[in-house]
Amino acid sequence: MKRVQFEHSAIPYMFIAPQIIIIVVFFLWPAAQAVYQSFLLEDAFGLSSQFVWFRNYSDTIFNDAWLQAAGFTIVFSTLVTALSLGLALLLAVKANEVIRGASTYKTLLMWAYAIAPPVAGLMGNLMFNPLIGDLYIFMNSIGFDFDHKLDPYDAGFVVVLISVWKQVSVNFIFFLSGLQGIPKGVQEAALMDCKSSTRRFWTITFPLLAPTTFFLMVINITYAFFETFGIIDTTTQGAPGGATTTLVYKVFQDGFRGADIGGSSAQSVVLMIMVLVLTVIQFRFIEKKVHY
Amino acid sequence: MERVPISTHIILILGALFMTLPVWVAFATSTHAPETILREGLQFWPGPHFFETYNEVLFVEGGVMKKVTATTMLKNSMILGVGFAIGKVIISMLAAYAIVYFRFRLGVPLFWVIFMTLLLPLEVRIIPSYEVVANMGLLDTKAGLIIPLIASATGTFFFRQFFKSVPDELLEAARLDGASAWGFFIDILVPLSKTMIAAILIIMFVVGWNQYLWPLIMTTKEENYTLVIGIKQIYQVLNEGGELPQFQKAFALTILATLPPVLVVLIFQRWFVKGLVESEK
Repeated sequence: MKRVQFEHSAIPYMFIAPQIIIIVVFFLWPAAQAVYQSFLLEDAFGLSSQFVWFRNYSDTIFNDAWLQAAGFTIVFSTLVTALSLGLALLLAVKANEVIRGASTYKTLLMWAYAIAPPVAGLMGNLMFNPLIGDLYIFMNSIGFDFDHKLDPYDAGFVVVLISVWKQVSVNFIFFLSGLQGIPKGVQEAALMDCKSSTRRFWTITFPLLAPTTFFLMVINITYAFFETFGIIDTTTQGAPGGATTTLVYKVFQDGFRGADIGGSSAQSVVLMIMVLVLTVIQFRFIEKKVHY
Repeated sequence: MERVPISTHIILILGALFMTLPVWVAFATSTHAPETILREGLQFWPGPHFFETYNEVLFVEGGVMKKVTATTMLKNSMILGVGFAIGKVIISMLAAYAIVYFRFRLGVPLFWVIFMTLLLPLEVRIIPSYEVVANMGLLDTKAGLIIPLIASATGTFFFRQFFKSVPDELLEAARLDGASAWGFFIDILVPLSKTMIAAILIIMFVVGWNQYLWPLIMTTKEENYTLVIGIKQIYQVLNEGGELPQFQKAFALTILATLPPVLVVLIFQRWFVKGLVESEK
């Protein structure tokens, strides 16, 4: 809030109105609808519906397909978050050390941010295409019986690899800007105190990067939950047998392909609660600032 | 400074190759004949069919209904990217202005309404959102494509943060000069925010260009496809038509979908990094 402000009755409402109208019409109303529909059961033709309390929840949440998707989502987001953060941190630390060629490295490592997940998915799909894909041939030639169309683990590998590839650049940009934010004085003091660069990293640099790392963890989990939709839709489409179906992909499949509005809405509501929890965690920690 | 060990450079070069090679291979392969690709697999060096492939993809109509060229899709993607970016900037700036510079009764509750958009990503309200747009008759329109996407909590917070850092004296002086609320916004705040606006425009252009789920569900006509959603549909036609799979065209389309946002990021790299780092925080 500003100390000095305008004091008018109608004007601020006019300024804020466009934003609020869009939010009410395209966010709040649909979200309310999703909650409402999650309690309804429609007949096959969508002509009549009946209030069924929590039946959609018990039907869709406590069944094998949803639990499988939930399990995959947890493993998938853990892997994507850990691998892309680890790789990006390594590259950012190294890029922060070099002087010669520093800006070339930076550009080459961050430019992939601009590529859309579904485009990355499609490229990956072509690289793993059994007819022409070098990666497919490579995986088989080094002794794996690789077939991502049939084997759930191979399919999972493809999806994780592409998702990590796509996310490294964002993490790299944030880590690098975090590293560059560490004051020169601190770095020089560390250099005098401690000869081993590995120890210097873990005792000085890494703790100072803790807020960035934590913030990125939340961003990456959100990415793995939601934005990987485009990657999955252009590669495995959740196959084989739902092995690479994330919770978000399942909402889409059940709602649009399967026309199960009630069930899909119930899953949406569960997802809303998960986002709420993630956001609360994020703001809790950002307020406290993860500092040493 | 101590000397940089050679291993540092090796790690960075491997990292750069990991990030770059797939796209290079996609480009190189797109310039070969389909027979060559089918016989020899992916290509690492450009071939002789660059003009042929790209000419065909850009100007010869393809897709299931044979109604769309990559040129049309490029245009649609451009409209989405630019509309998305400008729309977000305008409504976020206006909302942030109201929140920072005015004391009004619903100020705080409305701030929380904007905050709530963070809790409701499109994926958790897909079907009802689709229904709303369908009921308004906005399916397959540019308005229906762009407007539902431009509400932005992060954008509003970003400008709110920036406006708070603007010295109070500016407003005092402007009021002494008799500036109106609108006049102060247009003549003083907007010019002051120029760099911020540029940074957000760049980042949002890339985000808008790369939208997938929303265009996918609310576009039914091929002539409204953006590149990002169109390539998947066309890819299926190209590869499952029964004839020789047209891998070179599939690769060419992924390159075309990649090129504009990548160019924007490369050309405006500094602003892009600033926009990304500041707006997410």
